[in-house]
Amino acid sequence: MIKPNRKKLVVVGNGMAGARVVEEIFKRAPGLFDVTMFGAEPYGNYNRILLSNVLNRTQEPTEIFINPLAWYRDNGVTLHAGVKAVRIDRERRVVVGRPLKRDAVPYAATDAGQEEKTVEEPYDHVIIATGSRPFVPPMEGFGGPGTFLFRTIDDCERIADFAKSCRKAAVIGGGLLGLEAARGLLTHGVEVTVLEAAPQLMIAQLDPESGQMLKGTMEGMGVKVFCEKITTHIVREEGRITHLLMKDGSRIDTDMVVVSAGIRPITEIAAASALTVNKAIVVDDQMRTSDPSVFALGECVEHRGKIYGLVDPIWEQAGVLADVVTGKNPQAAYLGSKLGTKLKVMGVELASMGETKPASPDDEIVVYREPRKGVYKKLIIRNETLAGAILLGEIETAGTLLQIFLGGTKVPERRADLLFGSPSGVSLLKVSDLPDNAQICNCNGVSKKQVVESIQAGCTSVAKVGACTKAGTGCQSCKGLVAQLIESYAGGVASDPSEHWYVPGVALEKSQLVAELRNRGIKSVSEVFRQLADGKEHAGSKIGLASLLKALWPDEYEDERDARFINDRVHANIQKDGTFSVVPRIYGGVTSPAELRRIAEVAEKYNVPMVKITGGQRLDLLGVKKEDLPGIWKDLGIPSGHAYTKAFRTCKSCVGTDFCRYGVGDSIALAQKIERRFQGVESPHKMKLATAGCPRNCSEAYVKDLGAVAIEGGKWEIYLGGAAGGSVRKGDLLVTVDTHDEVLKYMGRFMQYYREHGKYLERSYHFLERIGIETLKKILVEDSLGICARLDADIQKAVDAYKDPWKEAELPKYPRQFSGPELANVLEVAENNG
Amino acid sequence: MADVKAAGTVTLGSVEKVPLGQGFCFLVAGEEIAVFRQRDGAVFATQNRCPHRQGPLSEGVLGAGKVICPLHAHVFDCRSGAGPKPEECLKVYPVSVVDGQIILGLGTGPRC
Ligand code: SRM
Ligand SMILES: Cc1cc2nc3c(=O)[nH]c(=O)nc-3n(C[C@H](O)[C@H](O)[C@H](O)COP(=O)(O)OP(=O)(O)OC[C@H]3O[C@@H](n4cnc5c(N)ncnc54)[C@H](O)[C@@H]3O)c2cc1C
Ligand code: SF4
Ligand code: FES
Repeated sequence: MIKPNRKKLVVVGNGMAGARVVEEIFKRAPGLFDVTMFGAEPYGNYNRILLSNVLNRTQEPTEIFINPLAWYRDNGVTLHAGVKAVRIDRERRVVVGRPLKRDAVPYAATDAGQEEKTVEEPYDHVIIATGSRPFVPPMEGFGGPGTFLFRTIDDCERIADFAKSCRKAAVIGGGLLGLEAARGLLTHGVEVTVLEAAPQLMIAQLDPESGQMLKGTMEGMGVKVFCEKITTHIVREEGRITHLLMKDGSRIDTDMVVVSAGIRPITEIAAASALTVNKAIVVDDQMRTSDPSVFALGECVEHRGKIYGLVDPIWEQAGVLADVVTGKNPQAAYLGSKLGTKLKVMGVELASMGETKPASPDDEIVVYREPRKGVYKKLIIRNETLAGAILLGEIETAGTLLQIFLGGTKVPERRADLLFGSPSGVSLLKVSDLPDNAQICNCNGVSKKQVVESIQAGCTSVAKVGACTKAGTGCQSCKGLVAQLIESYAGGVASDPSEHWYVPGVALEKSQLVAELRNRGIKSVSEVFRQLADGKEHAGSKIGLASLLKALWPDEYEDERDARFINDRVHANIQKDGTFSVVPRIYGGVTSPAELRRIAEVAEKYNVPMVKITGGQRLDLLGVKKEDLPGIWKDLGIPSGHAYTKAFRTCKSCVGTDFCRYGVGDSIALAQKIERRFQGVESPHKMKLATAGCPRNCSEAYVKDLGAVAIEGGKWEIYLGGAAGGSVRKGDLLVTVDTHDEVLKYMGRFMQYYREHGKYLERSYHFLERIGIETLKKILVEDSLGICARLDADIQKAVDAYKDPWKEAELPKYPRQFSGPELANVLEVAENNG
Repeated sequence: MADVKAAGTVTLGSVEKVPLGQGFCFLVAGEEIAVFRQRDGAVFATQNRCPHRQGPLSEGVLGAGKVICPLHAHVFDCRSGAGPKPEECLKVYPVSVVDGQIILGLGTGPRC
């Protein structure tokens, strides 16, 4: 709805800069403009820097939107999504746009949109925020199937889609984005090769030595890296890419290519409208182009000869532009940005700011290196201020360094403090001395002033400041600074107590909660809410409370089934479509023809859509309807494999001495004993076990929560805290023993200790790192606390309490436990007279 | 068959059909409707399928008028239907318990 008295603002480009400047304008003058935006991408605005997460599948595309379409609606912004603005007609004062075809590449220089559908928007002011496009170095064969760029959500989807049909992928460009692309591709199961033209990786952020270290780390993760490789040809056979040819004559086999070799500003609209364009659209300190009613910001501009390729400068530019265009401060000036970033490249933490190489012999260089751990730290100090810094592998002090760097603050006498933090714990940097406009949160562009204002408005915990300002809600590395600010402006962090509560719905830490539960004899979840939360239920707290109560009162716990997750109500794992999976127990991975026959018959009788061999050495019946569960269990006559709950899962084994020529210990018999003993034992998180007949470790026992590995001499090594899921960690050796029984004893002892001391949902590999293997050896092997006998007795109780949950097939715990949707008799529909 | 969209009510039977503190799914003229029975006696009715990715909300965890979807833990208000994002909200239906029977209203329940 256009109100005639409002001024018309047209924004070209709907990315990080365009959307941010509109938000800044609304903050200053909500009713001043009617805002219309052109966005070449067919979406609202999303956080481009999170695209790497989308490509590596740690985030869904929908999770990275900052301004979804509803935001535009709610704020009265007209959005032409999927429409490219092609010209500013400065005489008629209209912006001319043309819709792109749905599958068009939004940043393609040559696509001028569909002429017959031209739209025009009149303006008083225009803001150009067209960003940049990936740069493709000259090579033959780029374009067409199998070649990709990495800039938009759609690019991520195209890459991921194509990778499915590939074994090998090459990434051209070893800068930040290239490495991110490589990591993303790895998660799609292809072999990745990175080809960099320069002699080192990430030349903009690293020096040669750290570049070399990063290369080693990447190769350790399975990415091949070649530097000084210039691709000249992409070669295809029968339409499919087969290999690349390099300038030095070598060849690299690949099925697909992602080019990520730098960016170029998008300036066509400015050029077509006769605005001054140099390397990018030229703007002054007020972010004005050569036409005073046209502004520009973001990656498409050149300011004082500089072009930026990171988001930090955009936050500042947007603030200045908004001040100027709303008239709030017509003299506001953007003076350029110093660049410093914290990044995670393929999981490797990295911070880089300022210069990477000394500029004169007077520069003081401080270097610390620990190549085996992949740690490298370097400072360049000039006139007692920080001219540049690189931190690789360990970046705890990055936040402080960045503030010192950006603020031009004097560096402390002890340089080591800059690398490792100060030993006394006293802050190196007085946050209270920082200027108001110092940026605290680099992810969300939150200044010290904004944080202080929120503190003064009553946000005295880190979490609350985050809720008001967004500070600390991105990569979280500024949380320490926020805490320091609270300290100096509110006299102490009212450390948000809720951060320490066991569950959000009951205001008690775990130890306090346990004491209350014990003292009051509380044995059910609903009773907890009644007595300890003013009678207020809280859905998100129920499952955690149930787990704790059960651990406290193994026999007397009142098991309210509504406090269980659906998997634990019906003893099967819920799947994407609401059906369930059934994994019968197969002790030690050994089955029999009779058992297999029964499984096969069940699968046929119930039309099970898929029977699959799991990664846990057993069979999974997938896609089972809830109402079929009891029948299936009865027909199978095999106990539950507990593949759905936080409990002992499986014990895999290798064939061991029974058949293998290398076997030195009977791994099958041991695995079966373990599985029979501990089946169903609940724990803070799932426990997966394995036994291996020799250190070749075919059953992966080194990387299980608990593992037993046979070694020469008839002995068994017991490993704890291994992992090979989302994290990979080799377990730590607890003890070496002689017999199966001893393995069972120590495993049980550890399980009980973990059951008692593990935090809810803390997997063994985290627990082990928290407690430490040396401490565990003392407690569980040397009995330093004198609790081993009790631990042994308590795990025995848990073992004795085992009941196969699938027995509920005969006797459901509550009516309709296994009922599917009920058909309502709609003939009863009555007229409503009310 | 009667049109569910038309204003009216349907009796779904005894409230005991919905396990205490949980939800249960009814198929009403081809539509999946989740009915929830809180421990304090409050009842709610919403569309059964989660707007995120069609998770069955009747299998979720319930408390204080909110249900947590079993698939990706998005939280919805059972009374208003409000979800985590403006575009993720549930259709809700008027529902009450009369003489131990669930009476479901089929009028155009609000959609947040
Ligand atoms: C069925 C199975 C995949 C398969 O077809 O092989 C499977 C399926 C699921 N896994 Fe797994 N995992 C399966 C073996 C594994 C393994 C390999 C193993 O057990 O040796 C691992 C690595 C070891 C480990 O446990 O870490 C594994 C690491 C995970 C993880 C990552 C845990 C971590 O801390 O890194 C999750 C997520 C979680 O637990 O939060 C997970 C979660 C899941 C869930 C339960 C996700 C969910 O909550 O719905 C999957 C259920 C799918 C479904 O529709 O039923 N699954 N999963 C495997 C069942 C094994 C079994 O017989 O019990
Ligand atoms: C994968 C990836 C990871 C990154 N990671 C980081 C990081 O960790 N840290 C960091 O600081 N920076 C990072 N960056 C850089 C950062 O995303 C950019 O600096 C930032 O997005 C620039 O914002 P912008 O608004 O200028 O351009 P963009 O965000 O690209 O927005 C410009 C928008 O305008 C549209 N457009 C262009 N021309 C027209 C037209 N004629 N009409 C209509 N619309 C048009 C484009 O389609 C685009 O949607 C990353 C970039 C990528 C691609
Ligand atoms: S089965 Fe495991 S690895 Fe496969 S999609 Fe599910 S959680 Fe991921
Ligand atoms: S389907 Fe409900 S949260 Fe994803």
